Amino acid sequence: MTAAIEIENLNYRYPDAKRPALHDVSLTIAQGEWVAIIGHNGSGKSTLAKNINGLLAPESGRVTVAGMPLNEANVWKIREKVGIVFQNPDNQFVGATVQDDVAFGLENRAVPRPEMLTRVHDALVQVNMLEFATREPARLSGGQKQRVAIAGIIAQRPDIIILDEATSMLDPAGRSEVLALIEQLQARSAMTVVSITHDVDEAASADRVVLLNDGEIVEQGTPAALFTHGEELLSLGLDVPYPERLKAALRRRGAKMPDGYLDQEGLVKYLWTLHSTM
Amino acid sequence: MTKLLLGRYLPGDSWVHKLDPRTKLMASFYYIGIIFLANNWQTYLLMFMATMVMVAASKIKLGFFLRGVRPMIWLILFTVMLQVFFTKGGATYWSWGWLAITQYGLTNGAFIFMRFVLIIFVSTLLTLTTQPLSLADAVESLLKPLRVLHVPVTELALVLQIALRFVPTLMDQTTKIMNAQRARGVDFGSGNLFQQMKAVVPLLIPLFVDSFGIAEDLATAMDARGYQGGDGRTKYRVLQYHRKDIVAGMIMAGLTIALIFLKA
Amino acid sequence: MSFTYQAGTPFAGDGLKDVTTTIKDGSYTAIIGHTGSGKSTLLQHLNALLKPTAGTVTIGDRVITNETNNKNLKPIRREVGMVFQFAENQLFEQTVAKDIAFGPTNFGVPAEEAEKQAAAMVALVGLPPEVLEQSPFDLSGGQMRRVAIAGVLAMKPSVLVLDEPTAGLDPAGRAEMMTMFNRLHQEQGLTIVLVTHQMDDVADYADHVLVMDQGRLVKEGTPREIFQDADWLADHQLGLPKTAAMARRLTAQGFRFDPLPLTTAQLADQLLPQIGGPAHD
Repeated sequence: MTAAIEIENLNYRYPDAKRPALHDVSLTIAQGEWVAIIGHNGSGKSTLAKNINGLLAPESGRVTVAGMPLNEANVWKIREKVGIVFQNPDNQFVGATVQDDVAFGLENRAVPRPEMLTRVHDALVQVNMLEFATREPARLSGGQKQRVAIAGIIAQRPDIIILDEATSMLDPAGRSEVLALIEQLQARSAMTVVSITHDVDEAASADRVVLLNDGEIVEQGTPAALFTHGEELLSLGLDVPYPERLKAALRRRGAKMPDGYLDQEGLVKYLWTLHSTM
Repeated sequence: MTKLLLGRYLPGDSWVHKLDPRTKLMASFYYIGIIFLANNWQTYLLMFMATMVMVAASKIKLGFFLRGVRPMIWLILFTVMLQVFFTKGGATYWSWGWLAITQYGLTNGAFIFMRFVLIIFVSTLLTLTTQPLSLADAVESLLKPLRVLHVPVTELALVLQIALRFVPTLMDQTTKIMNAQRARGVDFGSGNLFQQMKAVVPLLIPLFVDSFGIAEDLATAMDARGYQGGDGRTKYRVLQYHRKDIVAGMIMAGLTIALIFLKA
Repeated sequence: MSFTYQAGTPFAGDGLKDVTTTIKDGSYTAIIGHTGSGKSTLLQHLNALLKPTAGTVTIGDRVITNETNNKNLKPIRREVGMVFQFAENQLFEQTVAKDIAFGPTNFGVPAEEAEKQAAAMVALVGLPPEVLEQSPFDLSGGQMRRVAIAGVLAMKPSVLVLDEPTAGLDPAGRAEMMTMFNRLHQEQGLTIVLVTHQMDDVADYADHVLVMDQGRLVKEGTPREIFQDADWLADHQLGLPKTAAMARRLTAQGFRFDPLPLTTAQLADQLLPQIGGPAHD
């Protein structure tokens, strides 16, 4: 498997900041992989995202995207390969209408108009927003705006999509709407997905979870492996999936619980076997 | 604010709505120009009829146009009064010191009134039938020749487009902040001038802070989506002249000829 | 004290239709409903930012109708403190102390006294005293929100209305914020009205729940009553708190719960005897 993103010993410090925002971060993400980067607010998650496509320039270290080292000469080529959906649905909506916004990235890349028309149309079909093509952003819900942002990225046909807390400002309906769409897209096109989040449910859909704290990678592994460290996640300001919380509560009451991670269904089954052998 | 900038567009599919925005923009300016050629009853009558035909073609109720006149009414009446009282000539109907109402004064007053109303009707017609965004496109397209003089026309058009797009967002934010400050005991729109000015500070500062936040986010998003300045971009929205636009041009030419024949 | 609310406001979209309810003094009431269900509109009636087009709102002993004069609303605004969504957006003063003092001075408290009180407010929302002389714009997002909340508390309201107070915070920040409101509720006896999408918070803290849909009050009751019927909630585009959802799955498997557990502790307590109790080895 080829690497979509390779980060080696990345350091980044905001101007005038005492502590570095990222410290010696190394991370390789394979083509087609879905990686969730979790950490509390201020842990450096979003800074990492901005370093991947050159919105911020690292103090030291190397970033390679789709085989190209990130530098002045390559930065625009790399941005063509990496689409980012940002946190605030309103503040990334450039176009005056849905279709204009989806076209914005294509206009920037001087895609000829006939091709632009088909790409905008196809992208809107994929995010199920075609009937809203001529709507103004003020008349869309947060979830719909994020879907438009995703359409704008799909239209550019990138290899990698980064969700920079893209669901954190949405209501539960909007959140599941966007998550379902990403799952669908990833299954269909084998796009590499990097989701930056503090939502455990979002992290649970990833292939791999990377835990970031104070600008350093503390741990990484499959969601199942990581979620068994319940106490550690809580101490780092994160949530744990509900089954882990219930297991901990039962353990405190003296019940014997398995060490491995169980999802809801797994836990229900396990508890039922205990009940049956009573 | 919304009323001024956005609330004015009335969606529709009339002949006027469907004209190219460049045609409408140029024709409006041209029409306002030739109104100044009118100088007698015949020519004013002609222009009045032409304006009414355009209004009818837009299928928009006359009331919307009259509403456009309302905010200007005092300025209009003031100008008309000046004309009435200070134009000398013809029979004098009434005089008091250096003030006099004369025959010429009354006609001139009527003409000026007519001119104002027609100009307002035509510009109202433009904004009622054209989306602000299309107008921005038209301005960009018409100003394109200025690029030779290194005027950043495309950038200006993008700035204008983004400004229009964020008007509702900022309006929304304004309402929210006003509510928050009212809940903290601020009375907007009451008290003397000084108190009212003071009440605006807790509204303006958060609004500025918020606008800067939006601008920063937006710049980052545009950067990430490959925006590198105005040149070398293609356009998704394109304007195209149709047969209607030629017809509109002919009508303007015909009107001009008729005016020149009829004017004194 | 009680709120009685009977309004029929026919304004488009977000309007309210014939809402009648009472929010009891000292209660912790949650208002739930999907986006656009009329929650926010209802909220703005609670301190007369909006006046009902028909019907009355009674706050304490003040009755607000469509005819109520705007001049008499100030005491109500002081009585009912309102924390809006993303409340940090309302900060504007040069220092945190001045911003917190802004509300009280508008209600006639002398500036000096109000700024002195600010220190107590800062402590109440769990911020260090150093922030008082800092610019609010130099603080982190979470801290800014606390300052905004301190600014509302400084008016000494007896009711605190919270509109999605934890939106955009991370899990730790969210938990801290909710614990803080609960402390204010317990220790200061503040009546709390919470609008939220977080069903877990409703289950954990509220003692009364109002469910809104399409501008109507469609159900009210204790959290246990409301979360009993998962299908009814789903029909109104609402979910269950995580504990209730888990209990539902366990019930489907064959476990029995009575009453419906709402917190993890309650669920664990009821589960324990059903899985053989504590292990004995």
